[in-house]
Amino acid sequence: MRPRSATPRKITDLMIKVISSLSALIGIFFLAWILFEVIQRGIAAINWEFFTTLPTPPGIPGGGLANAILGTLIITAIATIIGVPAGIFAGVYLSEFGRYGRFGAFVRFSVNVIMGIPSIIIGLFVYTILVKSVGHFSGFAGAVSLAVIMLPVVARTTEDMLTLVPNELRESALALGSPRWKVTLGVVFRAAKAGMLTGVLLAVARISGETAPLLFTALNSPFWPEALDQPMANLTVTIFNYAMSPFADWQQKAWGASLLIMVAVLFLTITARVGIRSAKR
Amino acid sequence: MSEAGDQQQSMNRADALFKALTIACAFLILLSMAGIFIELLRNSQLALEKFGLGFLFSKSWNPVTQEFGALSSIFGTLVSTLIAMIIATPLSVVIALFLVELAPPMVNKIVGNAIELLAAIPSIIYGMWGLFVFAPFMADHVQPLLADTLGFLPLFQGPPMGIGMLTAGIILALMILPFISAVMRDVFQMVPAVVKEAGYGVGGTTWEVSRKITVRYGLAGLLGATFLGLGRAIGETMAVTFVIGNNHEISASLFSAGNSIASTLANEFTEASEPMYLSALVELGLVLFLITFVIQVIAHLWLRRVRKSSGGGL
Repeated sequence: MRPRSATPRKITDLMIKVISSLSALIGIFFLAWILFEVIQRGIAAINWEFFTTLPTPPGIPGGGLANAILGTLIITAIATIIGVPAGIFAGVYLSEFGRYGRFGAFVRFSVNVIMGIPSIIIGLFVYTILVKSVGHFSGFAGAVSLAVIMLPVVARTTEDMLTLVPNELRESALALGSPRWKVTLGVVFRAAKAGMLTGVLLAVARISGETAPLLFTALNSPFWPEALDQPMANLTVTIFNYAMSPFADWQQKAWGASLLIMVAVLFLTITARVGIRSAKR
Repeated sequence: MSEAGDQQQSMNRADALFKALTIACAFLILLSMAGIFIELLRNSQLALEKFGLGFLFSKSWNPVTQEFGALSSIFGTLVSTLIAMIIATPLSVVIALFLVELAPPMVNKIVGNAIELLAAIPSIIYGMWGLFVFAPFMADHVQPLLADTLGFLPLFQGPPMGIGMLTAGIILALMILPFISAVMRDVFQMVPAVVKEAGYGVGGTTWEVSRKITVRYGLAGLLGATFLGLGRAIGETMAVTFVIGNNHEISASLFSAGNSIASTLANEFTEASEPMYLSALVELGLVLFLITFVIQVIAHLWLRRVRKSSGGGL
């Protein structure tokens, strides 16, 4: 090795340290910028009417997005009811029955792959099976597309959390003569409860901000959600439609809706993360 | 048969039922993946038959004459993703290095959490911010500056409108940055401390140890992380749709409006009434599905190999 003096090496080192600290700052700066703009512009649109009344046509003052708020809650709730149990059972299979098998490995691999498929493709898929065949958009199809997105996410976190449960716990319960299903539901689930709950929260956070899959399934509507087989108002598609419109009052409502969605998603995410930390402890 | 035997048998039956239920749910995941492929293929039949392979190479997109080609959408997808990767990959490497090698624990915690929150923000929020805040900022400050300094390149010519390929690429970069840096941080944390300590022991500076030991040791993992980020960027819809401009034209300038596969779908799908138009859009979706599928499979196979060779932990 050829000898080199320490000074240029130290200067390079310092420069890189500065660059990498700056890059981390850039990340934080953009987060702060986005949060600031959404809060500042969103808060101007939020008032009592925003939560309680139907939208008005452009130019007419007042009105709110109560129907879209309710619609988003309904769609998310139904998606959770469909997606979470299925995801949990798939996770149980991966952790309790298919941990070492070939089929288990294949399913595990598919879970990872399908988590990376763009959500707009999932929306297209549900459109072809639930909208095109009936001939009209529906809130139910929207819920199904979100459930399909949730399924692998919940399966993955459930598997991760169940694998953390020590095998001795299963063995002692089995030795007492309990059947496998009772061991899983009564003992393993209880041990992994906190972790599984946070996994579900993260999945709900992820789908409640989804827009693209709802565009082709639930569509949007200016009315109250009345039936699941009709197009249903929801916050994210409303943001898209209102933001793309040329009307200032609609754009302001879109900011209000953005603030609402962002607060909800960040609240769920932070709650889940705090939960994971205490669960690991 | 004794009572205990009966009990035993019903227990076995309940267990078999339970296992079958979990297998069915696991199967549901495989079914949805197969379903996506089959349904997209079936519903794009009309366009597949009419345009054949030429669909991928044709520039025309005309709902009136029913002539459709995917080239401008594919071009836009690739260009915006390329811009995003050029910006996000090196930034992610240095952010991950900062988190693992430089930051004191307190700073590490704050920056780490901030970056994870950035990853949790829904893409439509990035879209809103991009359209109303960032695009005007680009038009007023960044694009005129680029045109003044690098304007001799065809890449930076044309009117600074704010929206367009460049803005879309930068916002995409912001969106995948937290995701890639989180995976890279995990990769760097897998590098055994003894190896790094040996580097410091022979007198290396932090940067020398990072470049010659940490990065080299984790190179395979970094590649996998980059691929995962690429898969995300390619299919990202809402953030891109808001700012890319939606124009079915191919232009050398990064300032001009374009489109991506996902943005074309988001913008035109609900308007498409003729079967051929719809079928062409579904075929676009099929192209996107196949691209992301291949990227995901390669990335996960690769990461699995990396994990095996370094003994788990990622």
